[in-house]
Amino acid sequence: MTEGILIGLTTALSFQNIFMVMIGCFFGTIIGMLPGLGPMTAIALMIPITYGFDPATGLILMAGVYYGAVFGGSTSSILLNAPGVPGTVATSFDGYPMAQQGKAGKALAIAAWSSFAGGTLSAIYLLFMAPSLSKVSLSFRSPDYFALMILGLTAIAAFSSKGQFLKAMMMVVLGLMLASVGQDSLSDITRFTFDNMNLTDGISFVLVVMSTFAMSEALTIILKRNDPTAAAKQVSLTELGSIRINKEERGKMYRTIPRSSVIGFLIGVLPGAGATIASFLAYGMERNLVKDEEKEKFGKGSVNGLSAPETANNAACSGSFVPMLTLGIPGSGTTAVMLGALLGFGIQPGPRLYMTNPEIFWSVIMSMYIGMVILLILNLPLIPYIARILAVPKNYLIPLILFFSITGIYVMSFNNFDIYLMIGIAVVATFLRLYDFPMPPLILAFVLGGLMEENLRRSLLLSNGSWEFLWDRTLTVCILVTTILIVLWHIYKTFSKKKS
Amino acid sequence: MNINTTKIISLLFFIFSAFYLYTAYQIQVFAFDENAPFNARTFPIYLGYAGLFFSGLKLILPDPDTIKVEHRTLEYKKTALLILIAIIYGATILKVGYFLTTSIFLFASYYFLGERRWVLMFLLSFPFVAGFMYLLHGVLEIYLRDPFLKSIGVMG
Repeated sequence: MTEGILIGLTTALSFQNIFMVMIGCFFGTIIGMLPGLGPMTAIALMIPITYGFDPATGLILMAGVYYGAVFGGSTSSILLNAPGVPGTVATSFDGYPMAQQGKAGKALAIAAWSSFAGGTLSAIYLLFMAPSLSKVSLSFRSPDYFALMILGLTAIAAFSSKGQFLKAMMMVVLGLMLASVGQDSLSDITRFTFDNMNLTDGISFVLVVMSTFAMSEALTIILKRNDPTAAAKQVSLTELGSIRINKEERGKMYRTIPRSSVIGFLIGVLPGAGATIASFLAYGMERNLVKDEEKEKFGKGSVNGLSAPETANNAACSGSFVPMLTLGIPGSGTTAVMLGALLGFGIQPGPRLYMTNPEIFWSVIMSMYIGMVILLILNLPLIPYIARILAVPKNYLIPLILFFSITGIYVMSFNNFDIYLMIGIAVVATFLRLYDFPMPPLILAFVLGGLMEENLRRSLLLSNGSWEFLWDRTLTVCILVTTILIVLWHIYKTFSKKKS
Repeated sequence: MNINTTKIISLLFFIFSAFYLYTAYQIQVFAFDENAPFNARTFPIYLGYAGLFFSGLKLILPDPDTIKVEHRTLEYKKTALLILIAIIYGATILKVGYFLTTSIFLFASYYFLGERRWVLMFLLSFPFVAGFMYLLHGVLEIYLRDPFLKSIGVMG
């Protein structure tokens, strides 16, 4: 492991990679601050650029964008009460009241230090947990992988949005259907191409991500007459106040950060859960654990109430890398995008990744520390100025998002069919978004589609067409029981909510 | 009459799944693969049934939390214009080239979204695209075919 850490450090500390982390953090912060435009859009816009670099650098850049976007989301939650991403909604509960009391600078500093501590602690957990889990996951067989993918897809649907399980499952099926277009990986038989040569190789992953996120996000903003930059114009550079945290506040943070980082990391590891659930759980847990007098301050600018969700959402980001790096199965929409990008580099993440490509495995983990430090020293003093940059009018922002999306697709294929296909998918996605059909399950399913078919093929061939493989191994049964429990829990939650 | 659009989407998805399933059954597999436990059409067939199952459930189950969209407040005109510009962009990019089509695409998008600061619109289209093109072509060495720039002798 020491050798791996050194390889990772050497790769992550190269000038190019540090520069990429800085660019990623900065760009991610800007996109993350815009309400509605989250880490997935930011990463999607970056993918075509990452293909110009080696895989380690590309992944480091995307990880930087991810952290930056989560941090940016917290900033807009605190300053504007407009969370950029769902994972930072809980941050606004106490961050915004604090800003209204003239302590916006302090709130930003607490958020930044908590994010830093949460991210750093969880990167340490990841450092120790990932290699062990990789060793365990070597014992996984095709039926286990197939069951694990069913679990991941069901979980992301169950956790995606309240009462929208069936809609999310429909999106999962649509994602798998899109992934089935093109040549069958074993027999090379073309499927669903309708004799169109452009579809023979299937639909590009970048195209699906760009159209369902970046492009449809831009179209939704226009369609709904939203102005994500309007709120940024309200930010005053002079009213932020001091960024110093006093001894009493530090004392509160010392107690909150370790427990919130553990809960955040563990929730992040679970497929489908992620930063949103982690931040709400950490907020709720903290409220139950503090003294009564502190409990009264929750919702009115509590230091614990701000520190807990901020620590947890960053810890969850690191946690979500665990299933991706060790099992090759992403736990969230954002890591699904990263997995797709890695597959584009010709690298298959999974239990053997840290043996076959140790520089990628370890440099990503090491770059997380560097990313956290950069976020702290670069973003904290620059936040008010970044907020001002966001006051760019919508009339310029939207065409530029469209420009980066279309250019990203064009430079990858030099084919105008892909542009038409992208527009078509984006229009459908925009319409579906209007009616609350979630897009992350579609992306996760699209990325997992090929792997899922491959593992089902192997399982069925080995069991001679019998579905007994689902209950032949204890591990497969355990995973499937977990899936059933998630579905039952979701049904129970829906009905109990209706009764109440 | 109150039409539940979510149900209509579910119905469309149901029809789409049925079509997908029909097409899945039409996939030609090799003769020796026809009775194999798994062939090229197996997974799509399962997907087709899954699509029918979930959209069917959505159709028949009550939907008390249905999303109501106020269509009168939506900006259809500008959205349609942007989509149209993007289609025209796709149709012309190979013939005209990256620089001119992209610059015009950006300029037109700013204009149709209501921008009228001509100098800023120009700066954020033609020089901006030129700079971006230099980054792609000159720095990242991604070749961009451009008949227009070639015809005026800027590109080799």
